[in-house]
Amino acid sequence: MKNENLYNYILGIADNSLILGQRLGELCGHGPNLETDIAMTNINLDLIGQARSYYQYAGKLTGQDKSEDDIAFLRLEREYRNVLLVEQPNTHFGYVMVRQFLFDMFHFMLMEKLQHSKDETLVAIANKGIKEVSYHKRFSSDWIKRLGDGTAESNAKIQEAINDLWRFTDEFFQLTEADKAMVEVGIGVDVSKLKEDYYKKVSEVLEEATLQTPENKYFTKGGKEGLHTEHMGYILAELQYMQRTFPNMTW
Amino acid sequence: MSEKEIKNLEAIFEARIARDEKIEPKDWMPEKYRQTHIRQISQHAHSEVVGMLPEGNWITRAPSLRRKAALLAKVQDEAGHGLYLYSACETLGISRDELYEQLHSGKAKYSSIFNYPTVTWADMGAIGWLVDGAAIINQVPLCNTSFGPYARAMVRVCKEESFHQRQGYEIMLTLCKGTPEQKAMAQDALNRWWWPSLMMLGPTDAASVHTEQSMKWKLKRKTNDELRQQFIDQTVPQADLLGLTIPDPDLKFNEKTGHYDFGAIDWDEFWQVVKGHGPCNKERMNARVSAWENGAWVRDAAMAYAEKQENKKVAKAS
Ligand SMILES: [Fe+2]
Ligand SMILES: [Fe+2]
Ligand SMILES: [Fe+2]
Repeated sequence: MKNENLYNYILGIADNSLILGQRLGELCGHGPNLETDIAMTNINLDLIGQARSYYQYAGKLTGQDKSEDDIAFLRLEREYRNVLLVEQPNTHFGYVMVRQFLFDMFHFMLMEKLQHSKDETLVAIANKGIKEVSYHKRFSSDWIKRLGDGTAESNAKIQEAINDLWRFTDEFFQLTEADKAMVEVGIGVDVSKLKEDYYKKVSEVLEEATLQTPENKYFTKGGKEGLHTEHMGYILAELQYMQRTFPNMTW
Repeated sequence: MSEKEIKNLEAIFEARIARDEKIEPKDWMPEKYRQTHIRQISQHAHSEVVGMLPEGNWITRAPSLRRKAALLAKVQDEAGHGLYLYSACETLGISRDELYEQLHSGKAKYSSIFNYPTVTWADMGAIGWLVDGAAIINQVPLCNTSFGPYARAMVRVCKEESFHQRQGYEIMLTLCKGTPEQKAMAQDALNRWWWPSLMMLGPTDAASVHTEQSMKWKLKRKTNDELRQQFIDQTVPQADLLGLTIPDPDLKFNEKTGHYDFGAIDWDEFWQVVKGHGPCNKERMNARVSAWENGAWVRDAAMAYAEKQENKKVAKAS
């Protein structure tokens, strides 16, 4: 493939939306109330919409006429490039919201920078995406404040989720080979430069929510290189079930 | 109020309905009218919300991203329908928490169709086509029902339900134009959903308790049997177009009546499911009750937070 680095760079962004959407899809109809259910389905729809735009673009780059579904459904686990955070389970609503919040804060900064990419298609996707993601960020930040500064029980639950998921945040700022190549030509975003600002902004929200920012300095990574947690295989088993069972059919 | 005064109010009330005027929440209404509407509207709301579960079951396994997005949007619409209907019901002086309590305790019913399992992707097509299809037949007449908030909610709901029906039919059409395996999947789904869909139109007129009063209040404009006939007459040609066979050997067009004759419905099965012994009654209730119970700390926190914010505002102002 001529544009292999660009292809991999795009998947690194798209797979986050796809896999987080897949996790949110498990929750539809099971939320704490109808309003939250509807709002989180909106977020899920945005994420799937974004993933589709990226995959359609990536499909064109392969030169083999691959469809969005070929790319979304028919890769091996080691070929998915999403960060580990988005594949973490819906342990309870606190985990769902913390996962969303930690991701949205990063996602927003990424979209902001991607709007200035030299790649027109990515700019177009980012221009549309940033409006959606800024809503996601507001929604999840508001929930972090509500749950942090709600009851003693909610504060404890949300703090537990933050402490537990914190170790996945550093991965956002790691660059793969494809990322580096794309940064060099002005297409990709140098995510390492977002790190300081990210932790500052996250801490501000946590503080307002009367929550502690973890001091943990030990982080885990691997998703961007295709090395996932044990959850990933089960996510893909559901995601790929139809396409693997009934190959080459139109739905 | 004296008995004579009440009789007088009742007469004015019935006359307004007869003139096709809308009854609004602030208007005087007979207690029986209020209770009947709470029962019917809440039952409808519960059906929307429980109805999210069988289709929600396929969101993570939808076969393409386009279908996944469409299914999510559909299930989200059903949540929206639940929301408008609960709001309409609340105008009658009952809280949403009380309504949920009635659902969770088993006191309130929801449509029995959602107690059947969704076992293949084709069920997403069959539900849209048949279940949303039967729901529309039940609900279009309600757009002109006498209680204003219910009638207005139904106008919105029906618009979206007909979109769901077309979408479901389109899933079936795609399967029927596909491989033999896909077509077999579609036929199997029709076989399983056909009879339960006919039952959705309610027990036969002879066994229906509420029809007469409901007709007067325009909660019903046609009898269950008339609605069922309308559904069958509308659906058979659609099945033909798909090249699928309706699982009823007695189904035959009757030249004399201009309608399809059809075989006997298994009402024992219907009552078994209504009474809580269908294939998924327990699972559906468990899902609703656990969503509610697991969400309690979240709702409590949201309430506590809102109170704190309110207190801060008051403190600032004083
Ligand atoms: Fe409905
Ligand atoms: Fe609905
Ligand atoms: Fe519907």
